[in-house]
Amino acid sequence: MEAIKNLLFRMADDELIYGHRMSEWTGMGPIMEEDIAYSSMAQDKIGHALANYSILEKEFQTAIPDKLAFFRKENELMNSQLVELSNHEYDFSLVRHFLFDHADFIRYEMLSTSSFVPLAQLSKKIKGELKYHVLHADTWLTRLGNATEESHARMQSALNELWNYALGIFEPSDYEAQLIAEKIFDGEKVLQRKWMEKISPIIEKANLKIPSSSTPVYGGRKGYHTDQLQPLLTEMAEVISSEAEGTEW
Amino acid sequence: MYGGGYIQEEKQEATSPIDDSQKLAEFEARIDRGEKIEPHDWMPADYRKQLIRMIEQHAHSEVIGALPEGTWITRAPGFRRKLALIAKVQDEIGHAHLLYSAAETLGKSREQMINDLLTGKSKYSNVFNYPAKTWADVTVIGFLIDAGAIVNQVANSKGSYGPYCRALERICYEESFHLKQGHDAFITLATGTKAQHDMLQDALNRWWKPIMHFHGPPDKISEHTAKLMRWKVKMATNDDMRNQFLDMYVPKILEIGITIPDPNLKKNEATGQWEFSDPDWDEFKRVINGDGPCNAERLAVRQYVEEHGKWVRTAMMNPNQKVVIPFA
Repeated sequence: MEAIKNLLFRMADDELIYGHRMSEWTGMGPIMEEDIAYSSMAQDKIGHALANYSILEKEFQTAIPDKLAFFRKENELMNSQLVELSNHEYDFSLVRHFLFDHADFIRYEMLSTSSFVPLAQLSKKIKGELKYHVLHADTWLTRLGNATEESHARMQSALNELWNYALGIFEPSDYEAQLIAEKIFDGEKVLQRKWMEKISPIIEKANLKIPSSSTPVYGGRKGYHTDQLQPLLTEMAEVISSEAEGTEW
Repeated sequence: MYGGGYIQEEKQEATSPIDDSQKLAEFEARIDRGEKIEPHDWMPADYRKQLIRMIEQHAHSEVIGALPEGTWITRAPGFRRKLALIAKVQDEIGHAHLLYSAAETLGKSREQMINDLLTGKSKYSNVFNYPAKTWADVTVIGFLIDAGAIVNQVANSKGSYGPYCRALERICYEESFHLKQGHDAFITLATGTKAQHDMLQDALNRWWKPIMHFHGPPDKISEHTAKLMRWKVKMATNDDMRNQFLDMYVPKILEIGITIPDPNLKKNEATGQWEFSDPDWDEFKRVINGDGPCNAERLAVRQYVEEHGKWVRTAMMNPNQKVVIPFA
């Protein structure tokens, strides 16, 4: 039970924080079409967070989703550090989108056959949405990787900067063996392998190179975060925490 | 949203080209019969010019209008409000997209239009030069500004230019959902805690003047545009739209215990017209000419977006592009 809860929190927190970052592009995209695309994906991500928190509430009698999302402390969040980093420019956001969404898509694909039925059912639905997120990321990465000298340099530099954080997505939990044994989830190691197999040819097609040295940035899954998360959480809770918990808004 | 309730009209030039009188008569006869004018049809130069101006200003209003509400997405209280607000602001950008496309059918490119917005040559709805200070402001905008825009857009969707009418029909359909979410959030604050109620009252007090400005100056001081009405470019007068808005929404505000900060606001049952204090048309003029609380900030944000997105647009226009199709 703790194993599943831990898995659900990791996933829900990733989606919540990443959805928040994506939503910051609303009204700010480099072209209107991208503005609309990021808003659309942000809604999906935040919706996925809500769906995962709802399973926690329903199956494990945790607090309601609004409380889980808006009232937990920074060190209680289990998202990977990758998703909490500020958006920077479009290059940084796009490469993160590419790295994160491939992992996310494969994760939900793996979970669609999970022995934990509520999650398997949800995953089948979510992976259908993520298919388009991945398609979007691939299209843009490949175009910008191959377009101008500047766009290529920007893509490569963002990839270099984000790579170790992306490896942090796969930070193993204390429950890996149990999740695998109970056929709930095949584990972070398998996910990472599948992810590498999937993204490598696309990165090559985008004329980019995977950084040669790599040291995964771990910690996020255990509640250790960069200094960029707390300001996000403060902002997110600004209105809802101005009145007593449980107040209707 | 938002579609500028009030669209600035271009001053008539003394030297405007003289249109072929027979073609003009045919054109006007088509409009009288209720036919739609399509992009490849003959149209008077003035008709084209006024429509470009109107649709362009409407599109800019959607883009700029996304900013005051957009900044509240990250602070929206709870999943429900957050998801609704992202969807709503996304719709507004989508409307801008539709409208720029409709204006492009008349011969002005999106890039030219955006340049004119950034240089201040082209205007947008005045109401977005006011700040959204609290969450309650978002509910006032979502409810009442969207409501004002719907009055205007429903009228204009019955106009004569086909692409604009079709865009507006779709926009109005989406706006009606915006209005519902705005109304729902507005009622929640009005009937919530004392602090929530006070926050809403404060927001409405600040927004009332811009709301009264929304449909433009009174007919008696605004330039009359009989020709634009005859050509079905403009479908209702400013006063008519404002009156219709007040008719529909004043009762909805009052019924939930919020007061309207104008002691003189009342309906004259004999004439059917609302009477109200002068909402300071001088301020309206000052703000529309650049001297409002947020004019500089709004354009600065768009300029930032424009500059920082330039490398992406340049890359997309690369003629040596190797990959052009998505990996579907």
